[in-house]
Amino acid sequence: MSLQFNNEQMTEFKRLVVRYPEGKQKSALLPVLHLAQDSFGGWLPTEAMDYVAGLLSIEPIEVYEVATFYSMYNLKPVGKFVFEVCQTGPCMISGSDNIIAYIQNQLGIQPGETTKDGVFTLKLVECLGACGYAPMMQVGKIYREHLTKEKVDAIIEEYRMQVVAQN
Amino acid sequence: MGVKLLLEKANVPGIRTYDVYRREGGYVTAEKALKEMTIEAIVEEVKKSGLRGRGGAGFPAGMKWSFIAKPEGVPRHLVCNADESEPGTFKDRYLMEFLPHLLIEGLLISSFALGSNDTYIYIRGEYAWVATILEEAIEEATKNGFLGNNILGTGFDCRIHVHRGAGAYICGEETALIESLEGKRGNPRIKPPFPAIQGVWMRPTVVNNVETLAAIVPIIKMGGEEYAKIGIGRSTGTKLISACGNINKPGVYEIDMTISVEDFIYSDEYCGGIANGKKLKACIPGGSSVPILPANLLLKTAKGETRYMNYESLSDGGFATGSMMGSGGFIVLDEDQCIVKNTLTLARFYRHESCGQCSPCREGTGWMEKIIQKIELGKGEISDIDLLWDIQRKIEGNTICPLGDAAAWPVAAAIRHFRDEFEWHINNRELSQTSNFGLQHYADPIHVPA
Ligand SMILES: Cc1cc2nc3c(=O)[nH]c(=O)nc-3n(C[C@H](O)[C@H](O)[C@H](O)COP(=O)(O)O)c2cc1C
Ligand code: SF4
Ligand code: FES
Repeated sequence: MSLQFNNEQMTEFKRLVVRYPEGKQKSALLPVLHLAQDSFGGWLPTEAMDYVAGLLSIEPIEVYEVATFYSMYNLKPVGKFVFEVCQTGPCMISGSDNIIAYIQNQLGIQPGETTKDGVFTLKLVECLGACGYAPMMQVGKIYREHLTKEKVDAIIEEYRMQVVAQN
Repeated sequence: MGVKLLLEKANVPGIRTYDVYRREGGYVTAEKALKEMTIEAIVEEVKKSGLRGRGGAGFPAGMKWSFIAKPEGVPRHLVCNADESEPGTFKDRYLMEFLPHLLIEGLLISSFALGSNDTYIYIRGEYAWVATILEEAIEEATKNGFLGNNILGTGFDCRIHVHRGAGAYICGEETALIESLEGKRGNPRIKPPFPAIQGVWMRPTVVNNVETLAAIVPIIKMGGEEYAKIGIGRSTGTKLISACGNINKPGVYEIDMTISVEDFIYSDEYCGGIANGKKLKACIPGGSSVPILPANLLLKTAKGETRYMNYESLSDGGFATGSMMGSGGFIVLDEDQCIVKNTLTLARFYRHESCGQCSPCREGTGWMEKIIQKIELGKGEISDIDLLWDIQRKIEGNTICPLGDAAAWPVAAAIRHFRDEFEWHINNRELSQTSNFGLQHYADPIHVPA
């Protein structure tokens, strides 16, 4: 067993679990899966799901069926930065098609793919509750709104710089 | 300027913090409720206010509260629905992001009235930073004695917990939300039992929308009767509208429900008119699930009367010529928008979000998407339109939860009002790939001379 929460993550885990009544610790599953995904490289390998099942004293299958139901859990490895671009009606009528095509072109990938260097993944998603600030995308925990081609270029550059700085 | 009960202080610098919120009169209403009012009196004020649930269904909040079962020794729970995933809707986000303490004050009063010692905010997972804002506000309120044990010396204990969802529109449906809160897939439950009897962990539960619960603060502050004087008919108080699409000023607006749709779209106080000097073609006035209306039916009812931004007026004419207030997600389409394409994105949305429990919804949403896609790509047949109509009719009313209806209505309304645009797509296979049907006879009768 190599995947494990470190001390800080364990503290957060405990903080999440005590929110629910005694004996109902399974209720913490969604928040704990978020924590696991954030802690283990942005996705949930089976090993991570089994680990979470153990922590919550539930069956692994109970974790799998939840992890596969919700769109925010990644069941396959993703790039360092995931561009989740909204494609639903309000964004579409505000020009999301052009933005999606532009991002595809700039990154050289199709929706669902990751760039060869492992830095970017492009995902098309449904309404993120930012329809008035369209076109938009979610990257990690933040929203990038009012997207234009120039803004997309600047954002890609910003994340590339982050990668360079970390290496 | 209309009356502002919720967003009045939204622009005060620092209002997100406890100190500023308190200085501006925050938590005074909670003090009044907890120290001077009985539980019955609070519920009575909410009933008198006529407040209708702001999550979409418009069910009277006071009545819902009075249904909660109170079996001896069983804890009860209030759950705040902050799942906000109906396309076009982003008002709860605004409220939570800018006025977190207003929501917490509303939750405290409501928890007191319902006897909920552990109250949950179920927030959509993508609003991660909003969840953080709420957690910080909860911590501040706890430090200042407005949450925790023995609040204000009244003996009432209340903790508020933030629970992040993980991306599933269906979890906005209250029984799916409860399942999700229990750590399961968001599969709606068959009712009865209703949540008020057996909700989360089989305990009596009330689920209310963010805006509904925030509105409890002005209601208790001014009294239910005063609140009910604002607005008109059974549309009492103020309503948050999130406006988006092809308008000059997208954003979240608080309206008292006496304003006309025309004023809402064209006045500078609100949407500021159609963007880029274009003309209004259509509008989905209450979130993606409600029927789309062409401009002529949007601004005036079928009887030729002015249409207003309230529950009754927006639904005037039923589904034949009217729509619904829904969640307040106001989506405006200009003359360049293609109704087929717009309907396709919504059909895809509902197919993606169907939980899959009922075959009419699971299969029907898939078929609707495929057929509309075919038409959009210039490969449709005229018979496809009737097929679509048939499928949506077979979904409506035949499913466990209202998502099935929510998926059927947008398709039905698009065909009902824009059938000739669908036909044009089918009859002009190549042309439809490079140009749009345009405005035709749907034009706004007020701003575009015939
Ligand atoms: C598919 C579906 C999605 C829903 N999404 C939401 C939502 O995101 N937020 C919300 O408050 N209510 C939503 N509702 C309505 C809830 O089921 C419930 O009626 C509401 O939370 C009750 O609160 P209210 O009475 O204060 O409006 C949804 C309903 C359905 C059928
Ligand atoms: S109507 Fe659709 S979303 Fe609702 S329970 Fe049935 S399959 Fe699930
Ligand atoms: S449609 Fe894109 S954020 Fe709502």
